[in-house]
Amino acid sequence: MNETPAYTEFHPRWYRPRVSTYWWLWRWPYLKFIIRELSSLSVVSFVVMALLQLSALRRGPQAYAEFQELVKHPFLIALAAVSLFFVVFHAITWFNLTPSAMPVRVKGKRLPDFLVAAPNYVVWLVLSGAVAWVVLGG
Amino acid sequence: MPKRSNEPLLWSLFSAGGVVAAFLIPVHLFLFGVAFPLGWLPDPGYQRLLALVRHPLTRIYLFVLCSLPLFHWAHRFRYTLYDGLQIKHLNELIFTFCYGGAMAGTAAAGYLLWTIR
Repeated sequence: MNETPAYTEFHPRWYRPRVSTYWWLWRWPYLKFIIRELSSLSVVSFVVMALLQLSALRRGPQAYAEFQELVKHPFLIALAAVSLFFVVFHAITWFNLTPSAMPVRVKGKRLPDFLVAAPNYVVWLVLSGAVAWVVLGG
Repeated sequence: MPKRSNEPLLWSLFSAGGVVAAFLIPVHLFLFGVAFPLGWLPDPGYQRLLALVRHPLTRIYLFVLCSLPLFHWAHRFRYTLYDGLQIKHLNELIFTFCYGGAMAGTAAAGYLLWTIR
């Protein structure tokens, strides 16, 4: 044995299978995650419409009447309805996170999750009612 | 001193925006996007809305309603593009687009609400 052993640098090849771009499509929890993340697009479309509405209000009654006609377009009504679905999805997933983010303990025992999430729904109802009450003129 | 990450600040804005979006956007969207255009409920109309928006509290409310959810969107959309579409190499472009958009929207809301008379 007179051969000097040849060393190679230890460099393992990583096993990294390529992940498909559509990895989230085939399992419900993943799909739910992406739907929740995409709800942010509905949030942004709402804000854009709100800014357009404010701009119309600012420009006067003529501009506002045009805005009111614009939002009666079937495409915009459909967009609002779809956005409403996504935003409600966001709200429900957001409220149901509370028990994970903030576990409440009473006398050393953890309160059941639905009891921690429940107040969110009560506040949601009250705030929605208050906004509707103010907008509709008391 | 290592460079401090601005992630905590951005995450706080994301989180605050998530709360505002969850509690308040559904009712606004239902009223102004669906119920009024379809005539399910009487549209309050120009005069009443203008009177409401003139009130300082309404202006602050609307500013928060427009601004924070935009930062919520920026955070989520950014990471959806990273993870969902796996386009991490466009990192800086996406960052600029998302947070630049949120800041532009915030500025627009501030300008509109400040100048409505």
